[in-house]
Amino acid sequence: MDSTVTTGAQESVWGGGNRPLGASYGKLMMWFFLVSDAITFSGFLAAYGFSRFKFIETWPIADEVFTHVPFFHGNYPMYYVAFMTFILIMSSVTMVLAVDAGHKMKKNTVVWYMFLTIIGGAIFVGSQAWEWATFISGDYGAVETKGGRILQFVKADNTSERAALADFAKTLPGDRVAHENKNGLWFYSEGYQPSYTVNEVLEGFKADSNILVRTETINAEGDKTVLSREESLAKLQSVTQVVEGANLIHNEYGSRLFADFFFFITGFHGFHVFSGVLINLIVFFNVALGTYEKRGHYEMVEKVGLYWHFVDLVWVFVFTFFYLV
Amino acid sequence: MAHEHKLEIFRGLLKFKSNTQKIWGVLIFLTIITAVEVGLGISKPDSLTGNSFLGMKLLNWIFIILTLVKAYYIAWDFMHLRDENSSLRRAIVWTPVFLVAYLAFILLVEGNYIYEVFRDGFVTWNF
Repeated sequence: MDSTVTTGAQESVWGGGNRPLGASYGKLMMWFFLVSDAITFSGFLAAYGFSRFKFIETWPIADEVFTHVPFFHGNYPMYYVAFMTFILIMSSVTMVLAVDAGHKMKKNTVVWYMFLTIIGGAIFVGSQAWEWATFISGDYGAVETKGGRILQFVKADNTSERAALADFAKTLPGDRVAHENKNGLWFYSEGYQPSYTVNEVLEGFKADSNILVRTETINAEGDKTVLSREESLAKLQSVTQVVEGANLIHNEYGSRLFADFFFFITGFHGFHVFSGVLINLIVFFNVALGTYEKRGHYEMVEKVGLYWHFVDLVWVFVFTFFYLV
Repeated sequence: MAHEHKLEIFRGLLKFKSNTQKIWGVLIFLTIITAVEVGLGISKPDSLTGNSFLGMKLLNWIFIILTLVKAYYIAWDFMHLRDENSSLRRAIVWTPVFLVAYLAFILLVEGNYIYEVFRDGFVTWNF
């Protein structure tokens, strides 16, 4: 039982100076922060679970949302996220190796491993940014109904294959005129316009019999429900707008809360990684300048290491609850 | 800062010669787990998605258990909790575990209740 405070005669319990936890002040404070941060992240993930359970029948399927790999075309669910996970675990390993080298007072090895850790972190943040950009710009496009439900399109001959709006939407001659600054007293720029109007999507749908509507509802097999041609036409009557990509208000992948939580949780985690990279950089330069060599110990590397592993730990959970489950 | 490292994992089944070796060993283990998770996530075997335990699909149970296993090895070996005093370890682990289990239980039950209200209520949400 190394956890109990020794109350033998050799030590005065009340006089102070005991170290029941056997860890330095700095390390304890880092752990303090990490525990509170872990609870913060858990709060976010629990809120995600709450919203998901609320809309359990209509929640987007992550495999169908995150299907892209940079520089490759096609449908590759999960591979890129798995790669990101591996990068982060790998940079965790180089961090432990840096801490280990620090204990042995090998300055150059610490420098080298800190450098690799920073590279790993930078690759991860870059991947995260790419993932966000892909998610925001969207894939196939969809339409939104009056009730805020998303309707997506699939090919009738193979309902597992999605149809993009561009595949079937018609380009109708429109008389829409852009309002210009010179014509108005109060001028608001028009902002983003979807590539197709609701009418163009509807007309395109009527003309192309190979297109069906897919609703948000998940059926017993765990797939999204595909409507028949007649049901699709009936459903499309309630469409109010075209949605391309995702933001905090509209989301072509399905439930808008999915996008909200995606931005919030991966954003908060990405910010942690970003600050971790910055702190790692500072410690890297300190190591290189010999600050810790002069101090006589590399505890700072150990402390920043704890933070870095924590970021990895959080990602393991985000990965599971966002991408796998 | 001379540190004693405990070099055994899997309850002494695997004993490493040095700390560095243990780190690489743990990396291999974590990589295998991640590969298994991704493999299951892509293939989604029917036997695991079709059956459920306590209201959750077996596949999701496997994912959550594997995640906790990964979390254990990250905390124990990378954050070297294995080498810390058991009092520090317990303070760090059980505080969040208790609070998170509590919060998750309450929010998930409540979320499920709201789902039932949406489903069985007289107001249409899907239009």
